[in-house]
Amino acid sequence: MMFMGLYNYWIVVVLMMIGLYIVIAHGNLIKKIVGLTIFQTSVFIFYISIAKVDGGTAPILEDGVSQYSNPLPHVLILTAIVVGIATTALGLALAVRLKEAYGSIEEKHIQDLDNHTLENQSKDEQGC
Amino acid sequence: MLAHLPIFQVIIPLMAAPLCLFLRHSRLVWLFSVIVSGLALSISIILLQQVMSSGIIIYEMGGWNAPWGIEYRIDKFSAFMQLIITSVSTTILLSAQTSIEKEITEDKHTLFYILYLLSLTGMLGIVSTGDVFNAFVFLEISSLSAYALIALGRDRRALWAAYQYLIMGTIGATFILIAIGLMYQMTGTLNMNDLSRRLPEVAQTRTVFTAFTFVIVGLCLKLALFPLHHWLPNAYAFAPSIVTAFFAATATKVAIYLLIRFTFSVFGLSFAFTTLPLQILFVVLGLLGIFVASTAAIYQKNVKQLFAYSSLAQVGYMIVGLSISTVSGLTATLLHLFNHALMKSALFLALGAVMYRIGSVQLSQFQGLGRQMPLTMAAIVVGGLSLIGVPLTVGFVSKWYLIMALIENGWWPVTVLILLGSVLAIVYVWRIVEIAYFKPPLPAVNQDRELIKEAPLSFLVPIWVLVMANIYFGIDTRLSVQVAEAAAQSLFGVSP
Repeated sequence: MMFMGLYNYWIVVVLMMIGLYIVIAHGNLIKKIVGLTIFQTSVFIFYISIAKVDGGTAPILEDGVSQYSNPLPHVLILTAIVVGIATTALGLALAVRLKEAYGSIEEKHIQDLDNHTLENQSKDEQGC
Repeated sequence: MLAHLPIFQVIIPLMAAPLCLFLRHSRLVWLFSVIVSGLALSISIILLQQVMSSGIIIYEMGGWNAPWGIEYRIDKFSAFMQLIITSVSTTILLSAQTSIEKEITEDKHTLFYILYLLSLTGMLGIVSTGDVFNAFVFLEISSLSAYALIALGRDRRALWAAYQYLIMGTIGATFILIAIGLMYQMTGTLNMNDLSRRLPEVAQTRTVFTAFTFVIVGLCLKLALFPLHHWLPNAYAFAPSIVTAFFAATATKVAIYLLIRFTFSVFGLSFAFTTLPLQILFVVLGLLGIFVASTAAIYQKNVKQLFAYSSLAQVGYMIVGLSISTVSGLTATLLHLFNHALMKSALFLALGAVMYRIGSVQLSQFQGLGRQMPLTMAAIVVGGLSLIGVPLTVGFVSKWYLIMALIENGWWPVTVLILLGSVLAIVYVWRIVEIAYFKPPLPAVNQDRELIKEAPLSFLVPIWVLVMANIYFGIDTRLSVQVAEAAAQSLFGVSP
């Protein structure tokens, strides 16, 4: 009963862990951003869930209705969605630029290229 | 007019940012940004005076009363932070145009100033607001513009650093968002002052514990506390010099401001340090941060990276200071916030001048610079001495207060470790001095190397203003100590 009653919170937790796992485990920059988006979306669902008042209807004034759901978290999450979109857009833009600069969107590949640059630099210094 | 100053502080840079697009010409935009930042500086001076003489200023947005509307709450701590942010930002902007001419392509100059002003808006918003969700939004405004600013760096590694920062920063911010949701669920309010009154009633619930954990981890990611610091060194090393100077002096400070706000004002000291074992955690992580980061700094070949690691170590000192959880400990942390902003902005701006002249900040390229750029290198030496904590510099003042606070509390082992940490600072500062002053100039591969001369005045003046501030506030500590002490006392007064 407890489990079923709180099922949306369980979905939040599961989505959150899936998102975080993708960010940590995947080396592909686009997949990382997808993971980040899933992670953020789980928080949106969480906010929507806490706004629900048992027996309350949509928060629009109407005769004969005395109990409304809480509209504030909805408003908050609208702002957070905007922030999330800005983050995703910026992350994807960076991924495009990274692809142009490194020719790859794999974390491992980019790090190899960076290490290569470092080695060359120290060789140059010895050359001097 | 005067009553609206708290909101002007935030709204002026916010409105100014898109206006930059109309000016188009790079020099005009620069002048405009300097004026905007200078305006913010004068507002913060007036606000600080008002707060010091007549107490907290409350500004209700749109006339709505506090728990319903958003309120801006300027107390001594906020005004102090505003002064730090705006004074550093204005001084650094003075040399921005010269610096970005070499480091950023012409067509992106306007965008640079827009992002800079947005970032300034975010930081000023965080320290002004009295609403937790508003603080989150401002945190994201400043962070998003920070990611873009760092990506403007010339080296392609700047892109990778910005991407990594974006991932870590967003995880941190989302953690804070979760915490805000949980707090709202338990108390039904987002106002900090209101939260501090309602949270104690529900303090013993698992939800509040979870909220606290999320907010602390999220903020520690943003302020780069060891071991969550991985994004910082590369981001600072590859960003344009002006961006590094600005962020090193302000970005982590703002996150520390929020950490202090949440632990001291919102959750309350007894909850944070007694119910939960935050104190021991902060002392251990702070000390580990000091040692790991200072040791890493010694082995860096890139001077910007070296000072970035040193910044991590300085964050460690601030965290140790606030974990003492006495008025004198918190005073030490607040003083160090101010003093470290002065040191690091001077140092990174001087590195910007080096970058301007020789196009690199590799340590090996510093050979002979002591003679070729005497004034710039002298600034780096004074900044370095200040980092170590030599008397007559600001570094000494904050270390002195920190050590006094530790001794007052009888934490002898920690005191010894803090002093040992300073020894590591001597090592990494000495490496730069040795190469710059005691090695002959690099053999001229081409003509350029011969022609290296002192940095232009647009660099030297702001750098030396900051260096003089380093010395001035190291001798005459009245202003900084008085404000820091008053802010610390008011934070202890507010906490339930």
